[in-house]
Amino acid sequence: MTIPNKKLFALCLVVLALLFMAQFVLSNYLVLALTRILILAIFAMGYNMLMGYTGLLSLGHAMFFAAGLYAAGLANYYGGVSLPIAFVIGILGGGVLAFVIGLLALRTQTVSFMIVTLMFAQVAYLLTLYFSNVTGGDQGLTLPTASRSFSLFGLAVDLTSPMVRFNIALTLFAVVLIGLFAVTQGPLGRLFVAVRENINRTEMLGFDTYRIRLLAFTISGAISGLAGALYGLMFGFIGSSFAEFRSSIEVLLFTLVGGPGTLLGPLVGTGVMTMLIDRLSGMTSAYLIVVGVLLIVINLWFPKGILGTIRDRWVPWLK
Amino acid sequence: MAEVILLKTRGLKRHFGGLKAVDGVDFTLRKGEIRAIIGPNGAGKSTFVSLLSGRIPPSEGTVEFDGQDVTALPAHRRVRLGIAYTFQITNIYPSMSVLENVAVAAQSRLRPSFLRKGASETEIEDAARAALAAVGLDDRLDEVAGVLAYGHQRLLEVAMGLALEPKLLILDEPTQGLSDSEIANFIEVVKRVAQSSTVLLIEHNMHVVMSLADRITVLERGRLLAEGSPAEIMNDKAVQAAYLGEPA
Repeated sequence: MTIPNKKLFALCLVVLALLFMAQFVLSNYLVLALTRILILAIFAMGYNMLMGYTGLLSLGHAMFFAAGLYAAGLANYYGGVSLPIAFVIGILGGGVLAFVIGLLALRTQTVSFMIVTLMFAQVAYLLTLYFSNVTGGDQGLTLPTASRSFSLFGLAVDLTSPMVRFNIALTLFAVVLIGLFAVTQGPLGRLFVAVRENINRTEMLGFDTYRIRLLAFTISGAISGLAGALYGLMFGFIGSSFAEFRSSIEVLLFTLVGGPGTLLGPLVGTGVMTMLIDRLSGMTSAYLIVVGVLLIVINLWFPKGILGTIRDRWVPWLK
Repeated sequence: MAEVILLKTRGLKRHFGGLKAVDGVDFTLRKGEIRAIIGPNGAGKSTFVSLLSGRIPPSEGTVEFDGQDVTALPAHRRVRLGIAYTFQITNIYPSMSVLENVAVAAQSRLRPSFLRKGASETEIEDAARAALAAVGLDDRLDEVAGVLAYGHQRLLEVAMGLALEPKLLILDEPTQGLSDSEIANFIEVVKRVAQSSTVLLIEHNMHVVMSLADRITVLERGRLLAEGSPAEIMNDKAVQAAYLGEPA
């Protein structure tokens, strides 16, 4: 089996190696920040799979993140399911919900698609509030102390240790990154891009574009669910704030800043934006104004994002 | 030698509101021929081939392809059976490279299911290169398709059709907007294609029609007006009337 786009593959490995080494140089605070960035970058990679590569702009991805968060968290909280199994349940939660929503939402396109996904996500958010006796609503639920550690293949894992959390996040980030490399850089990725670039032409070349879009939507939802499950289980808290519209917008923002349709764009975008939001929220409570202005500026002058602009100017294989 | 029928329509109709764009056409296409469809503007030519390719559903009637009733099949399934369609208005992937454009088509044939394993990337790209060589674009593989000259984009369209290795290649006004020298080259390309597949051509340029077509079908106001060899059509009174107006 040959690896397509070897330069990009090598770059991915270099990035992973640098991230691994970061834990030995950075302060505890920054390691924690980087852990959050990696998990949110997984979410953004899932979003980018749909928005960047397949060209479908969803405004409701918070619901898939939350589906993973709640499926994993509630299974652990009420069912006492062990963390690794709860994690798998979370991925399935995101994937299954995406498949079902996709069946309906993908009958629409462009603006209607944005509105339909937004509506579904708002329903999901309101449901988490309505059933607050189960979900804990906006107060949320804190997972029991027993769920702060688990053993996997005889290996004891302690989730209160920042280093352990970082390395778990990095491992899963690496798995998703390499997995998406395989998906996006091969024949399947070609079809996603073909749907984005010209859906009618792709149909007339013999492809059922509804099925291609449904597959992209489901993969995207499953990865978003994975990120949600990881976030909930690692930090031991699940709450409805993750299902808010703001989450859907943030993941869109991360992807836009980093470069939609570039494999490493979501990591760059998530890193830049979370650090920026962190700094800004320390200075002013009105930091969302700055974020909003930034979104407008990017859309007007850098619609391809950081890595997308670099790709178009200098490095064509950065996709 | 028995003639093999590739495509047959029975009473094919397509109405848009009160407009009868295609109004009951019985049409038969034999395997291996180059057929031209001509007719005045608004005769329903484009609508007719869209019905054949499945881009729009018929109001009434049936389409039979290669012995199978395909009337109910969506366009993408018909492509897989061997009906390739190139658009009247250039319809490519503008931001992708020339090679990638044709690779999508080659992949459709060599790796039809996107979940199961099929041909390798190397085989797909080789097939795409071969199709591009057939239209003479093999020296522009890495160029971005959207910046190609118009004539080259039309050839790219044809290469995408070829990479599907169709049984029937439908070309909707392929030479529109091409220069004379490009048209000469285009005629050569179609002649080569016709050695392995049946070609159905909508064309206004009578020079192209006369140099390529084995038989000509004339449509007028959604109906079949005449059909025959180029010579027969040229001398047909009804055709002359349709093009030049009724004699007083």
